[in-house]
Order: sequence, then C-alpha cells, then structure tokens
Amino acid sequence: MATRSSTISVTTKRRHRRARASSALLGAAGIVLFLVAWEAVPRLGLVQERFLPAATTVIDRFVTYLFDSSFWASAGHTMAAWGIGLAISTIAAIAAGLIIGSSTFLRRATFTTIEFLRPIPSVALIPLAVLLFGAEIKSSLLLVIYASFWQVLIQVLYGVADVDPVAYNTARSFRMGRLARIRYVVWPTALPYIMTGIRLASAVALILAITAELIIGSPGLGEQIALTQSGNQVPEMYALILATGFIGVLINVVVRRVERSVLAWHTSVRGEAVL
Amino acid sequence: MTTVKNALYALGLPAALVTLWWGLTIDSTSFYVPKPGQLAVTLWNEWVGERFLTDFLPSVGRLTAGLVATILLGILLGALIGSVRWLRTLTEPLLEFLRAIPPPVLVPLLMLLIGINNQMKVVVIISGAIWPVLLNTVEGVRAIDTVLTNTCRSYRIGGLARWKYLVLPSASPQMMTGIRQSLSIGLILMVISEMFGSSSGLGFTIVLFQRAFAIPEMWSGIVVLGLIGIVLSVIFQVAERRVLHWYHGLRKAQRDA
Repeated sequence: MATRSSTISVTTKRRHRRARASSALLGAAGIVLFLVAWEAVPRLGLVQERFLPAATTVIDRFVTYLFDSSFWASAGHTMAAWGIGLAISTIAAIAAGLIIGSSTFLRRATFTTIEFLRPIPSVALIPLAVLLFGAEIKSSLLLVIYASFWQVLIQVLYGVADVDPVAYNTARSFRMGRLARIRYVVWPTALPYIMTGIRLASAVALILAITAELIIGSPGLGEQIALTQSGNQVPEMYALILATGFIGVLINVVVRRVERSVLAWHTSVRGEAVL
Repeated sequence: MTTVKNALYALGLPAALVTLWWGLTIDSTSFYVPKPGQLAVTLWNEWVGERFLTDFLPSVGRLTAGLVATILLGILLGALIGSVRWLRTLTEPLLEFLRAIPPPVLVPLLMLLIGINNQMKVVVIISGAIWPVLLNTVEGVRAIDTVLTNTCRSYRIGGLARWKYLVLPSASPQMMTGIRQSLSIGLILMVISEMFGSSSGLGFTIVLFQRAFAIPEMWSGIVVLGLIGIVLSVIFQVAERRVLHWYHGLRKAQRDA
C-alpha cells in the first residue's frame, strides 16, 4: 500500500515538474516574442528610431549602465527613499493602528478623518514638498511616507477588527495584561493583514519615490530619467525605465518572500485546509 | 439620540482639528500656512468661476476618459487572458514585469511617442492604471469555482450567457479590488502628466501657484485634488455596494452560519 502511494506521488510530482518546466518555457517565449516585436518595429520603420530605439540598442545601454557607478548611486538614492519611507510609515501605521483599533471610541471618532485624508493623492503634496525641502531626499520621503502610511494603517485596522472575540475574552479571563493581549492575541491575527498592507505600500512607495525624483528633481533614477529626457538621450531613457522595472520586480519578489517567511505558521501559507 | 451621537463621532475630530488649526494660526504670520478662513475664501475665488472651466473640467474629463478606458480594457483583456490557459502562461512573466514598472516613468516616454496633448495624458492614465484591473481580472477568471464551471457546461450554457451569468459575476469581487487600486493610481498619473507637460489642468495650475509663491492659492489646489480623491472613493463605494451586494450578502450569511 505504502509503495503504491509513493509511486503515485512520484508520478504526480514528475508530472508537476514537467508542467512547471513547460509553463516556464512558454513564459520565456512570451518575453522573447515581445523583444522580437520591439526590435522589429523600429527596424522596419513603423516607428522612427529616435522615438523608439530597437531592443538591442536599449539593452546595450542598460548593460553599459550596469558598469557605471553613478547609475548605482542613483539607484541607491531611490532605494534609500523607498526603504526609509516605507520603514517609517510602516512603524507609524502599526503603532497608530494598534492604538486606534483597540478602542471602540477612538475607532469611531477617527473614522471620518481617516476616510477623508486617505484618498487625498500624495502627489498633491508635491508643491508643498518643493517649498519645504526643495530637491532633496526629504521631499521624496514626505510623499512616500504619506502615500504608504494609509495603506498599512487601513490594513492594521481591518486586522485588529478581525480578532476573534472568544480568544480575546479568554485572554482577559486569564488576566493577561493589555500588552500581553496585544502580543499574543491581536498581533498574530493582524499580522497577515499587516503584511498585505506592507506589500501594497511597497509598490506605492516606489511609485512615489520615482515620482518625486521625476518632478521635483530629488536625487535618484527618476531624476536621471528626467535629465535624459530633456537631453534627448532616448536610448538611455529607455534603459533607465527598464532599470526601474527591474527594481519593481525585485521589490515584489523580496516582499513576497518576506511575507511567506513571516507568515510561515499561517494556514494560508502552510496550505492546509482550514477546518 | 443615537443620530446625535453618530454625528458627534463623525464630526468631532474634524471640528477639533480645524479649531486647533484656527487657534494656532490666529496670530501667526507664517508664510506657508494659511488661515482656515483665508483658505476658504481663496478656494471659492480661485476655483468657482473661469478656472472651473479652463482647468478643473479638462482635468476631470481626462481622468474620467482614462479611467473608463482602463476599466473596460482591463476587464476585456483580463477576461481573455484569464480564460485561455496558454495565453495566460505565455504572457504571465511579461505582465509581471510591465506591472512592476513604476507608472510615472512612462510619462516622459509617452510624451516622446505621442507628443504633449490630451491623448498622451489619457494613455498615461491607462498605461499605469490598467495593471491592477487586468491582473485581478485574470486571477478572478482563473479561480472560478470548478463546480460552477462544470454545472454550466452540463447545462450547455455557452457563449454570451456563460460570460454574463458565470464568468463576469464570479470574477467581479476581484475586479472591484483591482478597480479600487486603479482609481488612486489614475488620479496620481493625471496630476503628474499635467505637472510634466501641459498648459492647463489642475497639476499645471498648482505648480504654477507654487512657482509664483502664491501659497494660499497653492493650498486651495491641494484641497481641490483632495476633494476629487474623496469624491472618487465615494463613487467607488456606492458602485461597489451595487455591483457586489450579492457577494457581501453571501459573505455575511456564511459568517453567521
């Protein structure tokens, strides 16, 4: 019996592996197709090359950038604005969310204010950032923090509201203190929500960091893109846009990895059925 | 009594904040922070009148056009990609990459390709805001309950009826999640595209005020942008409640059971 089930599992595993290999192949084919089309369109003259340089030209520039220390410095500035902004807003949002969420009075009293401030687009703060900080990393930080704070705060509030009342009251019956209740009851319930908020905020934070650099001119990749655009260095501009895409992919992958490892104990990640 | 209490809860903190703001600025001569009354007067003077027609309406028009196109295209493409398996596998890595590009960097690119005009701004909005709708629709269509799919097949429900009664409703909760994310990205891109290259619109006007150091006017523009964001989110909530009322009902029934 045992041998039979193990042979079955081996065949299904093999089939799974084959399916995954073929889907990876198909996905790679999709990217190759896209690159071929990108190469062909300017080469055939459908779009002039000074507007859309061929894929090989852009990739060539991109590789040149990889050996350019000033490129890495710009990328470092962008990542610093992203990282610092995300960290500050996450910590602030978790603290505020736990405080507001744990009291019905505060939750009701702040509801309208939060709903009013949250949809205000953070790009509306661009002129303010220019006046206060000028073309500095602080400008990027202001936009990044404002935009990502609400993403996390809302999720923390959802998470705290989702706490099982039975579990909470049990903890109270056992005379667990307020801090212990937050640590052992509220926090584990809210953690998946918080991670969702951080995942959303990390994408938004990159958008706002690049925006600040592009419009205000605070140092980073966005500023470089604006410079290449005004200098009419078209292939360089495309190469830098490609670079921001890779940063975006990198952030997505890393954040998902972190989410999985932080929530490794949670049923949604363990993949077991919830009964 | 409860309505009074609810109103107190809803308005208490905003009223307190405005009073605090008023109290702190009453005898300040700070250049950067306008007084509440001054801001209200500026808001009325600047935005109700000619500027409403020349800057506000074009911006809102471009935003609406961009968002409507985003939602339609996103759902259409998403439903297509989600329901054809080989197409989904083929495009998945490519879409993951395109989605990861921060949309604002597309503004200079599209300026170059299309020029500075209304189409450019609408295309900017679509190119940045479409990904949440598209990818969420793909996920929603892919994850349709197999029992429902098989039931439909057994009853030979096909063609348009299948889309209308099975695919679109099943995917709609996911779609609405995507649309909500798209709305805020669309608004951001509208402002950025106007700040970057434009001669009219909200983004352009706000930057103009800021460069002229017209601080109360600049703040009034920020308030207008905030109000647009709030109106958008209210419209979305009403629409979501109408489209997904069955879904919320279902969830509630499942929770209560």
